[in-house]
Amino acid sequence: MLKVENFSVSFSYNSSQLSKKQVSAITSLDIEVKAGEIMAVVGQSGAGKSLLAHAILGILPRNAHTAGKIYFKGRSLTAQRIKKIRGKEIALIPQSINYLNPLLKVGTQVARAARLSGLKNRDEAKQAAHSALARYLLDDSVAKYYPFQLSGGMARRILTATATVGMADLLLADEPTNGLDALAAEEALGHLRELADTGKAVLLITHDIESVLKITDRVSVFYDGITLEVANTSDFTGKLCLRHPYTTALWAALPTNSFTSPPSQATTPSNGKTGGCPYHLHCAKHGPDCADELPRMQELRDGLVRCHNA
Amino acid sequence: MPQSLFLKFLLQKSIKLLVLLGAVALLSFFLVSRSPIDPIDAYVGAAILKISPEQREVIADRWGLDKPPAERFFCWAGRLVRGDFGISTIYNEPVLSVIGKRFITSFWLMLLAWSFSGVLGFLLGIAAGAQEESLLDRVIRLYAFTMASTPTFWVGMVLLTIFSIELDWTPICCAWPPGMSAEETCFWQRLHHLLLPALTLSLIGVAQITLHTRGKMIEAMNSEYVIFARAQGDSTLGIVFRHAVRNAALPAITLQFASLGELFGGAVLAEQVFSYPGLGKTTVEAGIRGDVPLLLGIVIFSAIFVFFGNTLADIIYKYIDPRMRRMAGT
Repeated sequence: MLKVENFSVSFSYNSSQLSKKQVSAITSLDIEVKAGEIMAVVGQSGAGKSLLAHAILGILPRNAHTAGKIYFKGRSLTAQRIKKIRGKEIALIPQSINYLNPLLKVGTQVARAARLSGLKNRDEAKQAAHSALARYLLDDSVAKYYPFQLSGGMARRILTATATVGMADLLLADEPTNGLDALAAEEALGHLRELADTGKAVLLITHDIESVLKITDRVSVFYDGITLEVANTSDFTGKLCLRHPYTTALWAALPTNSFTSPPSQATTPSNGKTGGCPYHLHCAKHGPDCADELPRMQELRDGLVRCHNA
Repeated sequence: MPQSLFLKFLLQKSIKLLVLLGAVALLSFFLVSRSPIDPIDAYVGAAILKISPEQREVIADRWGLDKPPAERFFCWAGRLVRGDFGISTIYNEPVLSVIGKRFITSFWLMLLAWSFSGVLGFLLGIAAGAQEESLLDRVIRLYAFTMASTPTFWVGMVLLTIFSIELDWTPICCAWPPGMSAEETCFWQRLHHLLLPALTLSLIGVAQITLHTRGKMIEAMNSEYVIFARAQGDSTLGIVFRHAVRNAALPAITLQFASLGELFGGAVLAEQVFSYPGLGKTTVEAGIRGDVPLLLGIVIFSAIFVFFGNTLADIIYKYIDPRMRRMAGT
């Protein structure tokens, strides 16, 4: 459904009156999502995860530059193409209620999303919005609420309804468990699993590896702008199946496992310029090559890994 | 908003108004009593040489000028409360009737300038803020910054030179043709005389509302809900009208009502340049010619006027923002 290869995002900004500086946010990202499956992109806060969703949809700010390849349904996803299909074939499930207009009733906003997804008729859109809300057990009266009147769980269901009111085949879920209690988070993730089971592809962007492992099919681990490993969910059962030292450390840091101190983000952002593995400063297994040369992505045990020592 | 809450709101506002008026009255009384204007000189005017010191004393005694300031203040304030603002010395008419007549003349000027600058400023602000740093934005911003830093009287004089003297399209002064009285003039004549002063006030007034709306538009266009609308495939035009304008309109309306005070200040200058016989020009005259009762009356009146504008802004804000409305309701 979606394939992203060696994708990078950088921003240019004016550091002084004359010179422009470039900051790299995503250095090298590789992802593949198939229809009917959930792919979780896991990374620490500030690793550039949300940018990924915005980059796929072509809605990055103007000072952003992208490189690399994105394929959607087998064809290259160009700027012109994404303009035509965003909201129709690819939909975003945003992070928080701030992504809804505070001055419009939620029903109106869901109906608007339905119209933008391709419904020409106002009544049809209204009907679609109604059934989308009903699908997530939201009462008709909720349509008349303003965003500030919603609870966290309700807001999450509205956002999911807004994204699924059309017939999008690929859903980009940005931090779907953010700010939710355990029960609401489980419900939100459950809805994503349902969507995947109906044949949609779901790209789930999160920092919360523990809760997504219950519903995801595969996990892509993202560190300092670089994809380090792509693993199957079943690999997260013991240390041995995981491929990269960072993933292993991440896994070990979970309270349900050995609860060892979590690996920290690189203290100085490597900015993609050091050339080495972004994790080598914290890695227990690092060898002489790690500091100088970024390892290539290689296949290993039905997954992918970027490590010299794997 | 439920009725009881609205009544409570009105009651609070009334108390605030009373406190404000008390403070304004006290301060202006203090300033006037410290000013070098001698009330008897100002009253008698040119006949000052003809009256004897004894006559002065009679007047001072009748006016209570020999009494301590506190007593004089309460005497004056007491009359204000009963609606007696005194007699204007330059017009020889009760102060309230002078203010009433002059305000009506000013009112049309201010209304025209206010609505024109509000509508135009809002539209310019939207056009500029919808696409930050576009050519249109730069042009509008340059205009707004220029106007924001241009004195009103100068714009008035430039417009007079161009339209009244060079092109001879508009009359050079006053609210109606010279030699006629207000009752004799027709609507079109009045409007013709109103055009240039109103244009002056509008050109200046546009700046603030434009810059404010532009700022709010840029904020809205960079907001998360606009990102989401883009992700849904909405066009820039659709985003501007469905999302951004709505969010920029709220603060714009509030600002426009709160700007009544500045409008009042602008009118003083514009009316002076155009010799427009409104409240602004009367204020200047009262000040220059030492008409203390009229000056104090205008101070009190303008305080009420500005307060009214701000209160209206508050009420409208409460009514149109669903967040405020619903919160008051639940």
